[in-house]
Amino acid sequence: MTHCPDYSYLANVLLRRAGIVLAEKKTHMIETRLMPVVRRFGFRDIPSLLKELHYGHEALVQAVIEAMTTNDSAFFRDRKTFDEFRDIVLPALKEARSDTKQLKIWCTACAAGQEPYSIAMLLDDAKLADEGWSITLVATDINSQMIARAQEGVYSQFEVQRGLPIRRLVSNFTQEGANWRISDHLRRMVTFRTFNLLDSYGWLPDCDVVFCRNVLMYFDLKTRASVLERIGDILMPDGALLVGPAESMDSYILGYVLADSAPGLFYKSRPAPARRLSLVK
Amino acid sequence: MKTCLVVDDSRVIRKVACKILADLSFETMEAENGAEALMACRRKMPDVILLDGQLPQMSGIDFLKSLRSETKGNHPVVLICTTENDPTDLSEAIIAGADEYILKPFDRELIAAKLAEVGLV
Repeated sequence: MTHCPDYSYLANVLLRRAGIVLAEKKTHMIETRLMPVVRRFGFRDIPSLLKELHYGHEALVQAVIEAMTTNDSAFFRDRKTFDEFRDIVLPALKEARSDTKQLKIWCTACAAGQEPYSIAMLLDDAKLADEGWSITLVATDINSQMIARAQEGVYSQFEVQRGLPIRRLVSNFTQEGANWRISDHLRRMVTFRTFNLLDSYGWLPDCDVVFCRNVLMYFDLKTRASVLERIGDILMPDGALLVGPAESMDSYILGYVLADSAPGLFYKSRPAPARRLSLVK
Repeated sequence: MKTCLVVDDSRVIRKVACKILADLSFETMEAENGAEALMACRRKMPDVILLDGQLPQMSGIDFLKSLRSETKGNHPVVLICTTENDPTDLSEAIIAGADEYILKPFDRELIAAKLAEVGLV
């Protein structure tokens, strides 16, 4: 399969359109992920689909890209990141933005919404709205089906038990048969939008915090650098970038400085000494 | 070594849970209903109880209420087990004193994650 011209074309489409590198060791995923697309579009098999891909039918290209993206997520996944957000980033921003009382947060690849809803729960805990703060929480994903799911905010029992403590589950969700629906209050806190990280960032506000976790690893070096640079363009000078803990030691987080004792937390530039003392616990 | 009491009317589920817990370095005990579980607790209070929410006769919630009325504070930690098709009322479970929940069928990763959340591994 990997030496087949249509495979090369698929790899090229994924790289060009979504920045995704299709590693040879992951070619086994192609069949599993593309078979639903084969059935949906009525193709005989995967080679037929790949052949048709050459004609650039947009709905098919989009469906293939969506099928090949990884959407695995969980509430409070990698809990340490959320602890850093709650204990380091948020207190510093509350102090730094005390005059405007505005916070703008962007989740770059939100899958079915577990990450932005986890952030919304922490913001809700902090009772910022009660203190007159205006919060903009934007969550994007390249996969429109995932965005639709996130907007609906309904999760299976299996999904909610991954990382969601029982008290948060009961207080923030209502049970609908075997599923759980997030509260309207939390759902209204998040604005969801389908967005490709390779497209223009012009519509985004200047952000105080950007969550870009477990995304960069799917890109090649050039795309990573481009995405990080463009995130840097919309990130406030003292804004925070949160990547996955496993990504924090990688050299590709160029243009950012790793916060002391906080894996995965980066700043555009190292905060001034007096400020750093208040940032690092 | 920490101890765990597995309460479930299914022998197979008790066996699977005990194997997983033994792998996680827990000493395990078993009970197949709420009355047996209460007696086991009176003999030796475990550190954690893995409790089926849908026990016959004395339900998991009723067992939990009895247990909490006999013990002080939050000890032992109780993880209530629920199923997708027959979900336990988790609000009721919290009021009765449950600390966390686990969906059956569970695996090692899930049990370890939930035990980590309550600070036991």
